[in-house]
Amino acid sequence: MTTTTDLVSYEDALASYDPVMGLEVHVELGTKTKMFCGCSTALGADPNTQTCPVCLGLPGALPVVNATGVESAIRIGLALNCEIAEWCRFARKNYFYPDMPKNFQTSQYDEPIAFNGYLDVQLEDGEVFRVEIERAHMEEDTGKSTHVGGATGRIHGASHSLLDYNRAGIPLIEIVTKPITGAGERAPEVAKAYVRELRELIRALGVSEARMEMGQMRCDVNLSLMPKGADKFGTRSETKNVNSLRSVERAARYEIQRHAAVLSSGGTIVQETRHFHEDTGSTTSGRVKEEAEDYRYFPEPDLVPVAPSREWVEEIRAALPELPLVRRNRLREEWGISGTDMQAILNAGALDLIVATIEAGADAASARKWWMGELARSANESGKALDELAITPAQVARVTELVASGDLNDKLARQVIEGVLAGEGTPDDVVEKRGLKVVSDEGALTAAVDEAIAANPGVAEKIRGGKVAAAGALVGAVMKATRGQADAARVKELILQKLGVSEG
Amino acid sequence: MTDNTIIKLTAAQIAEKIASGELTAVEVTEAHLARIEAVDEKVHAFLHVDREGALAQARAVDEKRERGEKLGPLAGVPLALKDIFTTEGVPTTVGSKILEGWIPPYDATVTRKLKAADVVILGKTNMDEFAMGSSTENSAFGPTGNPWDLTRIPGGSGGGSSAALAAYEAPLAIGTDTGGSIRQPAAVTGTVGVKPTYGAVSRYGMVAFSSSLDQGGPCARTVLDAALLHEVIAGHDPMDSTSIDAPVPAVVEAARNGSVAGMRVGVVKQFRGEGYQAGVIQRFDESVALLKELGAEIVELDCPSFDLALSAYYLIAPSECSSNLARFDGLRYGLRTGDDGTHSAEEVTSLTREAGFGPEVKRRIMLGTYALSSGYYDAYYGSAQKVRTLIKQDFDKAFEQVDVIVSPTTPTTAFPIGERADDPMAMYLADLCTIPTNLAGNAAMSLPCGLAPEDNLPVGLQIIAPVMKDERLYKVGAAVEAAFVEKWGHPLLEEAPSL
Amino acid sequence: MPGITREEVAHLARLARLELKPEELDHFAGQLDDIIGAVARVSEVADQDVPPTSHPLPLTNVMRPDEVRPSLTPEQALSGAPAQEQQRFKVPQILGEE
Ligand SMILES: [Mg+2]
Ligand SMILES: [Zn+2]
Repeated sequence: MTTTTDLVSYEDALASYDPVMGLEVHVELGTKTKMFCGCSTALGADPNTQTCPVCLGLPGALPVVNATGVESAIRIGLALNCEIAEWCRFARKNYFYPDMPKNFQTSQYDEPIAFNGYLDVQLEDGEVFRVEIERAHMEEDTGKSTHVGGATGRIHGASHSLLDYNRAGIPLIEIVTKPITGAGERAPEVAKAYVRELRELIRALGVSEARMEMGQMRCDVNLSLMPKGADKFGTRSETKNVNSLRSVERAARYEIQRHAAVLSSGGTIVQETRHFHEDTGSTTSGRVKEEAEDYRYFPEPDLVPVAPSREWVEEIRAALPELPLVRRNRLREEWGISGTDMQAILNAGALDLIVATIEAGADAASARKWWMGELARSANESGKALDELAITPAQVARVTELVASGDLNDKLARQVIEGVLAGEGTPDDVVEKRGLKVVSDEGALTAAVDEAIAANPGVAEKIRGGKVAAAGALVGAVMKATRGQADAARVKELILQKLGVSEG
Repeated sequence: MTDNTIIKLTAAQIAEKIASGELTAVEVTEAHLARIEAVDEKVHAFLHVDREGALAQARAVDEKRERGEKLGPLAGVPLALKDIFTTEGVPTTVGSKILEGWIPPYDATVTRKLKAADVVILGKTNMDEFAMGSSTENSAFGPTGNPWDLTRIPGGSGGGSSAALAAYEAPLAIGTDTGGSIRQPAAVTGTVGVKPTYGAVSRYGMVAFSSSLDQGGPCARTVLDAALLHEVIAGHDPMDSTSIDAPVPAVVEAARNGSVAGMRVGVVKQFRGEGYQAGVIQRFDESVALLKELGAEIVELDCPSFDLALSAYYLIAPSECSSNLARFDGLRYGLRTGDDGTHSAEEVTSLTREAGFGPEVKRRIMLGTYALSSGYYDAYYGSAQKVRTLIKQDFDKAFEQVDVIVSPTTPTTAFPIGERADDPMAMYLADLCTIPTNLAGNAAMSLPCGLAPEDNLPVGLQIIAPVMKDERLYKVGAAVEAAFVEKWGHPLLEEAPSL
Repeated sequence: MPGITREEVAHLARLARLELKPEELDHFAGQLDDIIGAVARVSEVADQDVPPTSHPLPLTNVMRPDEVRPSLTPEQALSGAPAQEQQRFKVPQILGEE
């Protein structure tokens, strides 16, 4: 397709319009079984090996609700500061689609299990923005179709499709925000920060790994513009399945520019679904339906209402873990670092790694230093995420321990880490194999010091004359001679001693 | 014992004779298979006869007995299973072209329980397509004849099951009752049929028509046989969320101790009037007189909401069915039409459904789609659900005053095949008396109460009990049955012409 | 309530995925109109303050533990498939959204 879309610059768009966003996030729960049947949800199974009469929609089969699915929904609802329904039902959303075996989705309609909440999200500069939550409800995932015969598995031009229903029926929680207004030019940033915060929250709750790249968390971005000063929302577009944090931000930004172009040239926005394209950062219109969908929702007659007792809800609330924003604030204080530093740690995806390293015995400053320094650099070079590096928090902690005990200095420690990353074994293995130990043999060290003094008489003279700072050059020479394996502090002590000066 | 004697035995008698060794399960099964062979061409009660499976099950029962193992209460008794229950390895069509040739990979809970009780499943019986109908004329595989008069309907949707009983092709059958599909066929064939309390019999593996109304139940020629079967198929099923988690009422004990002495029996004023055949009302009034004679106190009841029951039913059932039947799309099982390389999946689905569903199914899907569509939901589906509440309230009030309610099961006797075929509203009236209990979820039975004088065809008496008081049906039913048999000198079915 | 038009029947048929023939559209338009006309009486209670009943029995909280149960084998799962390929259900080209 080579249709071009007019855009206005982002700045111009924001000068005339206020964006209004709505974000719908689907999270696949990490339950062992599907929402309405006992089939496994394990990833990577052969096609159609995790199906049964229920999730295949065979005639006669009936659903039964997964209790852990409901509990997870309540956990999410509580963590999002929602009210939990005292009584709610499942409803059927009726529409035909080949990857949906019953041709209705068992979902919730006007009676969601959780509603009226909020999530505070922190922007990159530390500002906190409150996103209001409309509802969180339970539903089920669809199967997966593979399109055959067209270009690169796309639906367009395919001759036929192949369906695998292993994913059909996996529990989903759909979380819908209220219209997000007042974010102005920061709207795309808010969208991204919200999805990230939600992801952290879901992970902290232990209800899902929420890996966007695996489709365990998927976001729809609804966006409209209203002229500055207006209070009536414009027509929105719904950009479906935006599946990375970066894409969420880009999709919102693109739609702001596209809407502004349409509106400012006197056009009108059509309410439609749109698709986001990672490669170009743009969206294109979905298939235009000839008539409006009418889902004919009605209460699911095969399931009975869910009425979580208040005792159960309070039990779940009491067992909620510390939530990400609270935890971050606590750690920031404990570590005595600035909001900007913490944001950098977050952006690098280093927070949990640093915490784990501290838990493995490292002091906070060292743990931060290594992950945000040497390891961040290495990850950057290899194009990996920090948690994909071939080193564990425990190994990093061991390195800091070796440094603290004087067995390694920073330079050697860097080599140890390099060895671990290169697959040479544990830090101790690398120390052993590469022979990386601080030279603490006084005899060898004294000889090296004597040699350095003899080779640099001018410098020695300066030091004798009281220019203690010049000792650095001699220290450097000794370190070079010992291939870095000497304890630099001890070397300096020896030099000063030999030349008869004292530091203090 | 001759085949002709065997097929006239009750299920209770057969079970006893097999347990005592007087008959083998294979003999009994063969006698019934021979009967099916002899008469089913005329009756067309069966869509599929599972000769091999039935004989294998019968042999297993006989071997079990020889080994001295404990036998189920209905061990070796043949049964005709409505073709709405899935049977692993045996075709299940629900009377529809759209499932022609489908062989389910799993057993319905009812099928599983029957097998576990050593019941011998002879085959699958004819029915109105997807259980939508009151005459079995809507079967995609041709109508079933009423053994009393083969040119008349055997009732529906479970006409195959009721006809199999009346034609002595099986002593037991299973039906499903969404608006009367067990009771109305029982009434017009002179047999016994029970719709248990909603949730008493698992719906797992019972192809859904209207989920909140459908209920499987026993069909038999005697009240005791129905009770024995009821006990086998009822009980909690964790695979059905709407299944009742409580002990099965003591229905067999009740059937063995029939009595109405001291009971308060209600007669609802809404269950008579226009549309009721004179002979039906006559037999019903005689039944009420009989109950009084037997020691019951008769109480007149007013249940005004019942006048809205049929309307509510014809909104709720089609609404639920429009969604339940969406899965028949030609993609995963059953019929596929139009897959010739020129049609998309969406088109193939529409072509398959057009070719695979009969007119009544399409009509109800359309009606339900309409009732649920935006703008109409509140007026139709929403109001129908309110009517449902009112009907429950009327029943609640009634059962404060009485122990059971009685009524005619159907307003008329069996009508001729074809008479109401293209007049859906006339057809729907057949369920006038049976529908309120489906909407409210309580239990009801139909049993024969004589022949209508004007056409010599069976009339059914309906007994209605409160939710989870199914045993009352059997207590009252057994007493009425015994009194009638004594009065007539023989079971009513013996008056049917021989086939 | 308004009468049901042929266009409305066609719309319902599209929602219900029924490729009705032209004569069926006319036939159903008449019949649906009759039936709806007859059952529309239920709306007499629309304004009444009565709670709706969607389930005949007042059950709540029927749930199962999150424990894996055996699935069908893929052969069983695909046993009814009109067409299959690579252990998947084979269906004609899907026109829907990507
Ligand atoms: Mg959803
Ligand atoms: Zn499953």
